[in-house]
Amino acid sequence: MAMTVELPALEQTEGIARSAWSVRLRRYAGPALGLLLPLGVALVWEIVVWLGFSSGRLVPPPSKVLATIVELARSGELIRHILATLTRVAMGFGLGVIAGTVLGAISGYWALARRLLDPTVQALRAIPSIAWVPLFILWLGIFETSKVALIAVGVFFPVYLGVLGAILSVDRKIVEVGRIFRLSGPAMIRRILLPAVLPAYVVSLRVGLGLGWMFVVAAEFMGASEGLGYLLIDGQQLGKPAQILAAIVIFAILGKSTDWLIEITTAPLLRWQDAFGRQGGVA
Amino acid sequence: MLALNAIGKTYPNGVQALERFTAEIRLGEIVAIIGGSGCGKSTLLRAIAGLDRATAGTVTLDDVAISAPHAKIGIIFQEPRLLPWLSVADNIAFGLSDPPAGARRERVARALTRVGLADKADAWPRELSGGQAQRVAIARALVPQPEVLLLDEPFSALDAFTRRDLQDHLLDLWADMRPTVALVTHDVDEAVVLADRVLVMRPRPGRLFDEININLGRPRARNSPLFDDFTRRVMTALDRSLDRDVLDRDTKSTAGQAMWW
Repeated sequence: MAMTVELPALEQTEGIARSAWSVRLRRYAGPALGLLLPLGVALVWEIVVWLGFSSGRLVPPPSKVLATIVELARSGELIRHILATLTRVAMGFGLGVIAGTVLGAISGYWALARRLLDPTVQALRAIPSIAWVPLFILWLGIFETSKVALIAVGVFFPVYLGVLGAILSVDRKIVEVGRIFRLSGPAMIRRILLPAVLPAYVVSLRVGLGLGWMFVVAAEFMGASEGLGYLLIDGQQLGKPAQILAAIVIFAILGKSTDWLIEITTAPLLRWQDAFGRQGGVA
Repeated sequence: MLALNAIGKTYPNGVQALERFTAEIRLGEIVAIIGGSGCGKSTLLRAIAGLDRATAGTVTLDDVAISAPHAKIGIIFQEPRLLPWLSVADNIAFGLSDPPAGARRERVARALTRVGLADKADAWPRELSGGQAQRVAIARALVPQPEVLLLDEPFSALDAFTRRDLQDHLLDLWADMRPTVALVTHDVDEAVVLADRVLVMRPRPGRLFDEININLGRPRARNSPLFDDFTRRVMTALDRSLDRDVLDRDTKSTAGQAMWW
């Protein structure tokens, strides 16, 4: 009983003394907390291999993966592969986003377009996108075009679906404000619907980008001479697990940073939001 | 003049919301439409605004039929309905399309000052209180200088003090341009404070039941005996519209009289 009474009082006096410190601490505590788990696992594995509990032949220790990355970077190979993959993702993502946004907005706004278009799109969505690979290769050849097309298809569906669903759920009351001021169809989309769906749109962009990274690997598996996917295949065929892991780590870094890029570029556009997430959620 | 000719509205499920509602509202007149819940008063207002189409009858403004939102008709809803992604100033400018940016900014600034929110121009709607947000909505509706202003229970979500404040403020703004005003309300006090004429509706289906001219000068003192007299007359008409026993209001307590639900 006495303990429970004393504790808050104690915390308060110490808290005032340390407040400047804790503010600085808190700014870095969030990201640091996220790094704790992967770094911890890596460290444990490094120690296990170092102590000789495992040969680390099939699962190379972090130091070896790092050495592989450094080696690839030094020879200039790494940047070439990264650029090849990034270019494919960027082009496929761009095309998929444009097509998904335009078609999603059109079928979200015009009921007739939705009835015409949506069933077909949904049927196409039901096809596993990888199933297009043989056809794309026949149509577009083995080189860049077919790869970009596959990525674009992967990105298109979540963006289309996100825009369509978000537009259909926009508050009628807000739409009526647009009607009162006699906005035309395109103006209604641009001035009311798109801003209203922006938060949901950002989410679908991030989902689309994730799928883009997924499909670039599939695309690069089907005969590429460069790219991170090629590094994976090459590592498998030549029995170099460290190279595979190196490519995977770089995928993780690239995927996370591009996702983060979407997050920070759209953040200023979403400052108006009055949402739970803005307050940082429940600690 | 705003003319409502035998307006009827039957919903697709067969419910008749309005039946042969006929009224004329003169230029610059303030008319309050009051009635029990479900008497079709909001339906009527939406038909005038052109948001919904009446299934019978016509709405005409200076002999021009209204079937879709019209540039000369503005509306203020029960909720502010501000666009959350636009600043307060941009929300007010939303209805202004053509004038050049400079003139537009000036008009918005003037409107903001007029509703007492000059310091909030760059604020987000989420940072406003309920009363402030409704002021912005009023400014947004008035900036395009409509000939007809429709109000759909505009102050019903606000506390009593803010409501009074905004009622006075609305009259003040009305005096600038003197638009024709149709106000839907369920607050008898509000109707008597604002209106030149009160139209009482009867529910199921919604019809015009009674019409009371409020022959009071402005500004109106809410506590004058004459004001009480008009309030009582509107209350009595409301009670009769709902087929309730008409109480002798002179001897009854006046508690709860201000808000008629």
